[in-house]
Amino acid sequence: MDLKSKLEELASSSLEKIEQIEEIQEIEQLRVNLLGKKGQLTDLLKSMRNLEASERPIIGKLANEIRDDLTAKITSKKEELEEIALNERLEAETIDVTLPGRQIKRGQRHVIHQVMDDLENLFLGMGYSIIGGTEIVSDYLNFERVNVPQDHPARDMQDSFYINEHYLLRTQTSAVQPLIIEAHDFSTGPLKVISTGKVYRRDSDDATHSHQFHQIEGIVVDENITMADLMGTLEVMSKEMFGEDRDVRFRPSYFPFTEPSVEVDVSCFNCGGTGCHVCKMSGWIEILGAGMIHPNVLEMSNVDSEKYSGFAFGAGPDRMVMLKYAVDDIRHFYLNDQRFLSQFSTKGEN
Amino acid sequence: MLISYNWLSEYLDLSAISPAELGEEFTLGGLEVELTNDLGKGFNHLVVGEILSAEAVEGSEHLKKTKVDVGNEILPIICGAPNCQRGQKVVVAKVGAILPGNFEIQSTEIMGEQSEGMICSLDELGFSDSVIPKYAEDGIYILNDDAVIGEDARPYLGLDDTIIEFDLTPNRADAMSMRGVAYEAAALLSQKPVFQEIHLEEDSSESVTDYLSVAVEDTEDTLDYKMRLVKDVEIGESPVWMQKKLMHSGIRPIDLVVDVTNYVMLELGQPLHAFDYDKLNSKEIFVRRAEDGEKFTTLDNQERSLSQNNLVITNGEKPVALAGVMGGANSQITEETSVIAIESAVFKPALTRRTAAALNLRSEASSRFEKGINRATVQEAADLAAQLIAELGGGQIISGTAEIEGKPVEKVEVKTTIKKINGLMGSSLTENEISSILNRLAFEHSIKNGEIIAEIPPRRWDIKIPEDLVEEVARIYGYNNIPVHLPVTESIPGQLTSAQAIRREIAYLLESHGLQEAISYALLTEEKAKKFAIHSGDSASLQNPLSKERTTLRQNIIAGLIENAKYNKAHQVDNIALYEMGHVFYQESAEDFREYNHLAALLTGEPTTEWFGKDEAIDFYTIKGLVETLLSLFDFKESISYELAKDREGMHPGRTAEVYLGQELIGYLGQIHPSLAKKNDLQDTFVFELSLDQISAAEKIEKQYLPLNPYPGSSRDIALLVDATVSHAEIKSVIEANGGDYLTDIHLFDLYDGDNIAGDKKSVAYSLSFENPLATLKEKEVSQAFENIKAALLNQFNLEIR
Repeated sequence: MDLKSKLEELASSSLEKIEQIEEIQEIEQLRVNLLGKKGQLTDLLKSMRNLEASERPIIGKLANEIRDDLTAKITSKKEELEEIALNERLEAETIDVTLPGRQIKRGQRHVIHQVMDDLENLFLGMGYSIIGGTEIVSDYLNFERVNVPQDHPARDMQDSFYINEHYLLRTQTSAVQPLIIEAHDFSTGPLKVISTGKVYRRDSDDATHSHQFHQIEGIVVDENITMADLMGTLEVMSKEMFGEDRDVRFRPSYFPFTEPSVEVDVSCFNCGGTGCHVCKMSGWIEILGAGMIHPNVLEMSNVDSEKYSGFAFGAGPDRMVMLKYAVDDIRHFYLNDQRFLSQFSTKGEN
Repeated sequence: MLISYNWLSEYLDLSAISPAELGEEFTLGGLEVELTNDLGKGFNHLVVGEILSAEAVEGSEHLKKTKVDVGNEILPIICGAPNCQRGQKVVVAKVGAILPGNFEIQSTEIMGEQSEGMICSLDELGFSDSVIPKYAEDGIYILNDDAVIGEDARPYLGLDDTIIEFDLTPNRADAMSMRGVAYEAAALLSQKPVFQEIHLEEDSSESVTDYLSVAVEDTEDTLDYKMRLVKDVEIGESPVWMQKKLMHSGIRPIDLVVDVTNYVMLELGQPLHAFDYDKLNSKEIFVRRAEDGEKFTTLDNQERSLSQNNLVITNGEKPVALAGVMGGANSQITEETSVIAIESAVFKPALTRRTAAALNLRSEASSRFEKGINRATVQEAADLAAQLIAELGGGQIISGTAEIEGKPVEKVEVKTTIKKINGLMGSSLTENEISSILNRLAFEHSIKNGEIIAEIPPRRWDIKIPEDLVEEVARIYGYNNIPVHLPVTESIPGQLTSAQAIRREIAYLLESHGLQEAISYALLTEEKAKKFAIHSGDSASLQNPLSKERTTLRQNIIAGLIENAKYNKAHQVDNIALYEMGHVFYQESAEDFREYNHLAALLTGEPTTEWFGKDEAIDFYTIKGLVETLLSLFDFKESISYELAKDREGMHPGRTAEVYLGQELIGYLGQIHPSLAKKNDLQDTFVFELSLDQISAAEKIEKQYLPLNPYPGSSRDIALLVDATVSHAEIKSVIEANGGDYLTDIHLFDLYDGDNIAGDKKSVAYSLSFENPLATLKEKEVSQAFENIKAALLNQFNLEIR
């Protein structure tokens, strides 16, 4: 047999072997046997020196083609076998993906603060700032300066926690109004403020009463502030709290520190307005009180009530949360049972 | 306040508006309707019947077998009422009738006798026990003789009526009378109310001056005082029409005189009091402040001790009534009374309120005096009462009224402008529209060049200033008819202050580490309020606490969190992770209170076992890590340090660290004292409390980018066997001081004090990192620094380098 035939013979028999190999070690072995320094192909080529000079390039070319072809086939077979092996390993590595993952513990804001934060964010976006206040206040600030005169029933010892003759725990966030209004420099622009926090009433705790609860107070004072501005603002706030699809209505009310005064109702979220036990068959739920700041309050805070007008509103987050999530006992808010708190790690609809 | 729709219909034409629609008008106009109660709703088959016969049922002590004529038939009915007698006109619920409580009348057999219906008591017809007259309490209700047999019985009892219940705001006391409500409805419905005039028939043969004169100590206390006398009255029951109105208004009929005074109060809003003239034993009435300690026995036979704060009606010597609150036993009307003295007066609201509150004697009358009285109808009320008593009780009105010259009624004129009204409402009402609204309110007014002068009638004593008038215009116009929008003002930025932003960031951080926010009670016992305070100081306590558990304002938040943890534990919640931010309170003096923002957290519980292994147990270093992570949010100028605090009250003496920012104490952390934990049924419990105000106020460094080091660093490990009492901080500070310029990090990676180590020793191992930001570190430089560190450690401590 001449060298050419031997080469061709080697090529075809090798290709057949490659085809048949199933183990990755064998293919490596085969590569060494064929193409290694002492491999069969190398062996055959040693006899090239016996050829005619004219034949050498032809055979050389053929030998190179065979080497390249075998190398490619071996590589591709190797990859094929590797992929099979990988797939087998991955198959063997299959786990139970339904087992629970390692939990990253997550707490959450108290539901009352969630509501307060939401409303704070809403008002921040409308250019309000947030101002805190002290919880111990003088009776002068808590009552006199918000137009609750000496003989007003709200001033009864029965209703407030007194620390001494002239100091008490604020009964309403409106107690912050006078100082905020007084401190404002109107040359810097309008006064637009939200104040949130705890208030206290001398009530025995039960399912619907708490000696400690929260309020959100809003105040706007500028030239030409109107009831239309107030009611527009309250509508936005009510819908933020209870949903865009709620109807909002306004009716006259009475607070010593506002005139005219406004009460806000939203259509009942339980029945949608047709009447049920939640809204006492009225279809409406009272959610907050507001009004145009009484001229006496402005004047006592050294603001010219002829030039400036303003509005104020106050809402109770405790009651809002109770209504929104159907919480049946206000004491849940202050006993901090984690089974209660953790229910509000998600917010639900809207 | 309960308003009968039928009664209101006497003053207005309500034919076109249902009670529910009227209620909606009231609510949107400012008188909030709590409830509309259709009394006869669902009732039917109620007819007038006459008892033709009533015989005892054999074998029964109480039951009677009656035959009742109901017009088209005669029904056999078994009746158990003791007052059931032949000839009475009664209310019969026929078979099929449905009574309150969804009680259906059925044909039935009682003790072998057939019964085809029920003869009704007021109770069975839905009247409240509190309004049923005494005479009708035990038994069936007897109708007047003129009731027509077979007719629908409901109108006879006013069960064809609807009651509107108001929840009135305190400024609208004018609506505490039928006339006041009629004026309101008239304004809302654009009508004019019609009131019956009084035709007073006086007996001119006698003058009140022959009987009585009245005087008062001070017209500031008693603004007006009038008395009318009626003699020779037969005091029996009042007529059914009056009883019906009283009962529907929530008042129990008693007798003619009491009923008339109540009726007049309901109609006009003027409370009245009736005295037995003869029992006054005097021809003068004098109203004055009581003396301190003065004794007086009220109608309810309670002896009261009075004070200067109480106003009394006297016969010139001793009290006969507590003004506006309650009459005296000594001048009470009885069946023997022949001359009745009717008082119609106006007392200072605050005085009545204080007296009623102090003696716990609030009544329909006192609640009206407290909120104010229409000064225009004081005489009319006296006249109407005298007329009704005389008419219905067959007596004579003695001519004239005994009265004082009261405090003059000030004419109230409110001046404003169309511009002001529209300016405050945000509306564009015309002169005509405003004028028409004022007409509906029946306020006399003039408008010239945009200026409005409105004369406010005395029945609306709540209206004094322009803003009050704006509210009147706005509410009649309809709040919901004003087009609304957001305020248009100069734009100003709305943003959180840095202290507010810090609080939110801390909240997010703690929540992302599994802590839930708590809000606990700020009022605690004095002991709890002070126990865990970071800084000691005087606390603020309540003068009038409601319970001994809640007397003092907290100076710390931890105590509240421990209460919460105990509550959770008692409800089978064992793994507790809570944090809270809020105020703590200090009292510097009687007028100087300080409030600070604090942050506290509490962790306790067992590590949970999962399928992949156990969670890490909570210990001192968990809470410390939390504090370190939290404080790492800030670029403080000063450094943070932790010092063992052996004597913090309530805390473990060996596992508590105070947190210092520079030299300033800003809080502490650690394990609560095991005996306190045990007392609260808690396992090992770890807490921290920090002053948020101090953290917010602390100086921070300005943030700047640090170039990333392009040169490789190098590290060396060192293991030491050292006395157990030497702290990590001590070792670290020696390494730091001797590590040279290139030492960048000291990382403790092992601590061991177990087996193979002497009891008073511990083994610690540190990895020290070196970097030079300007050049590649030379091996020589690192070795030199490392040798320096080793030498210093050996020099400063009794230790062995391993």
